[in-house]
Amino acid sequence: MAYFIPTAAEDVAPAEVAEVDLYHPHSFVTKYVFSQDAKVIAIQYSFTAIAIGLVALVLSWLMRLQLGFPDTFAFISAEAYYQFITMHGMIMVIYLLTALFLGGFGNYLIPLMVGARDMVFPYVNMLSYWIYLLAVLVLLASMFVPGGPTGAGWTLYPPQAILSGTPGSGAGIILMLVSLALFIVGFTMGGLNYVVTVLQARTRGMSLMRMPLTVWGIFVATILALLAFPALFVGAVMMSLDKILGTSFFMPAIVEFGELSDYDGGSPLLFQHLFWFFGHPEVYIVALPGFGIVSDLLATHARRNIFGYRMMVWAIVIIGGLSFIVWAHHMYVSGMNPYFGFFFATTTLIIAVPTALKVYNWILTLWKGNIHLTIPMLFAIGFIVTFVNGGITGLFLGNAVVDVPLSDTMFVVAHFHMVMGVAPILVIFGAIYHWFPKITGRMFNQTLGQIHFWVTFLGAYAIFLPLHYLGLLGVPRRYYEMSDTLFIPESAVTLNAFVSVVALTVGVAQVIFLFNMIWSAYKGKKADPNPWRATTLEWQTPENPPAHGNFGPELPVVYRWAYDYSVPGAKEDFIPQNVPQEEVPNTEGGLGLPMPAAHQPAE
Amino acid sequence: MSFFRQLTEKSWLPGRSKGELPEGSVYYLPAQTIAVRLIMMVATVVFSLFVVAYGDRMALSDWHRFSEPSILWANTVVLILSSVAWHWATINARQGRLDGVKTGLLAGGGLALVFLIGQFMAWRQLADAGFYADTNPAYAFFYLLTAVHALHLLGGLVAWGRTVLRVWRGVAVAKVRLTVELCAVYWHFLLVVWLVLFALLWFT
Repeated sequence: MAYFIPTAAEDVAPAEVAEVDLYHPHSFVTKYVFSQDAKVIAIQYSFTAIAIGLVALVLSWLMRLQLGFPDTFAFISAEAYYQFITMHGMIMVIYLLTALFLGGFGNYLIPLMVGARDMVFPYVNMLSYWIYLLAVLVLLASMFVPGGPTGAGWTLYPPQAILSGTPGSGAGIILMLVSLALFIVGFTMGGLNYVVTVLQARTRGMSLMRMPLTVWGIFVATILALLAFPALFVGAVMMSLDKILGTSFFMPAIVEFGELSDYDGGSPLLFQHLFWFFGHPEVYIVALPGFGIVSDLLATHARRNIFGYRMMVWAIVIIGGLSFIVWAHHMYVSGMNPYFGFFFATTTLIIAVPTALKVYNWILTLWKGNIHLTIPMLFAIGFIVTFVNGGITGLFLGNAVVDVPLSDTMFVVAHFHMVMGVAPILVIFGAIYHWFPKITGRMFNQTLGQIHFWVTFLGAYAIFLPLHYLGLLGVPRRYYEMSDTLFIPESAVTLNAFVSVVALTVGVAQVIFLFNMIWSAYKGKKADPNPWRATTLEWQTPENPPAHGNFGPELPVVYRWAYDYSVPGAKEDFIPQNVPQEEVPNTEGGLGLPMPAAHQPAE
Repeated sequence: MSFFRQLTEKSWLPGRSKGELPEGSVYYLPAQTIAVRLIMMVATVVFSLFVVAYGDRMALSDWHRFSEPSILWANTVVLILSSVAWHWATINARQGRLDGVKTGLLAGGGLALVFLIGQFMAWRQLADAGFYADTNPAYAFFYLLTAVHALHLLGGLVAWGRTVLRVWRGVAVAKVRLTVELCAVYWHFLLVVWLVLFALLWFT
């Protein structure tokens, strides 16, 4: 492989040349609807993801109503309950979190942060969004077909996913599988863009190791997704054929309503392996962008360089690699060979090492930092606490011997909601508050932001801490109602009611966030172009919000990494990435900082 | 610097003086080349997982060995010739010979279409003999693997159609050279995939 290393001012990297030939929209439709501008596509992705996420939020309320107050709501039947569970899980994991982190933040931040004018393939990028929207519409359509959406659980395990006793086993499951396949096709188009843009379209001086960790997180998560989603695709295609054509890839010989079905000899375990070969990397597809964003929020709002940048990058890459060899820890109770269980328990513990390293580095970044408790910072700290909580219960469940008794209990629900529900959502909120002034050009309301954070953060703990306890009591997950089960004490019923009331309250509190965003976008105070005094390139654009092409006639040139905060000798407590060492205002009233010893000519 | 060597950069040290260009490098490869490589990477994962699923399912007791339609041998030869034609088009594109490019493009795409028709005939032969996808997983996999491969080839034919249009509209050879080269690489990739799938189907 050949590389281009600029050696003279007239040499222009090939990526930069290509960027000059930008597409220019001429009408409202090409500017805001079928737009090829990554920033507009990002906003389209985000609005769609948040809208479908709100549907999933409402579904969770309905589930909590049933769990907290059984036999009260006639319209929540057992079938409907399973449909709520399934749609809630699938929407939150795939259509909200994955789409928002990669399609939303990826599209907005990658070009701006690496100093590019746009994604490398803008047309394909636009197609990516529209296919994603189609996938969402197909999923929503499944709610309106006879039998309703699938109620197979978000893991869609066969054989029950396509047997007639399961709710939505007709058109519902088919539409779900079609929607997933569409999502994967759409994502692959976007993913190609993110990876190629990071590799090819970085501006001059933006070496890989000068990229902000946000870009690193999204970049590695995209590679994971490109490698992991095919497993879900393969599983979805084969299950569709089992359902539509009557093949027996996954379907064993089985008695259905007293009659022997036509299926014969299929392997349900094969689907589980395919599903989790996708499913576990999916955890990190959601987590890695979160790790990156939190790193940048902490450094910016603590006015301190990120501790151990190289280690942070390596940890992201190593976690990405390891995430492909831990999948069967989701299958300890599937009857697998105990030696396999031992192997997967070991790899699960190993992946905790680079993850813990990141947590230590975040804490060391905060250590002696000039911590500003801004709204983004509150959410970032909230993420660290929540991720540690959820991560530690993950260590419990990662051990086969502990997992077996806890499997299929509320403990598991509590664990994964902490680690990949609440934690990423906190990052998303922090990120939205952080980049809101850049996206809209206006500031949000601080008081409403404070209220939103504390209600959400404390509320999430009030919901999910009790679920750990319920799980330890033995309360199973996926049960429509417990009725008079002997080993479930009365206190568990009361606790369930409490959790439901809090869940409804926290859910409604999100209206504060929505109101704040919408109101501030129009009526908020005009934002300074760099209100957080941040170093990264997206805050150095000539216009705020950045115009089409991002950086005006000249692309920025990068002279330093993304974390020059509180540099000794510098007048300001931040040095933007595009300021050369000779032009940094110093404490003596002049310009320039001394070159580091590594760059001094040898004597 | 390789990708992994770049990961050892001490990026906390600020760049050299303003007059010099700062450190950092950009890969000297067209973005399209990297994109096609990524597409082939994703397709490799897809086919690998299908092969793993095939191996897993094959081990179960209800697997039915059968003789694949012999037309697959002819189809394989056609696909090899298609790949050779693409290579021919690439050589001519590098030498700037428009006639050679046109011949190579027509032969490459046309033979790929013949291959697809041949695959469809293989399907018809199996179906006429009463072997459908739900007869046995062995047949189901035959239909599935050939269909997924054919879909990838159809995707390639879309790129082929766009290239043919550009060439016949008079776009300079130098401007279509990269597209022709990338199409050829993709065709060779799909040939290798087919050879693996064919061997798998034939010997199991």
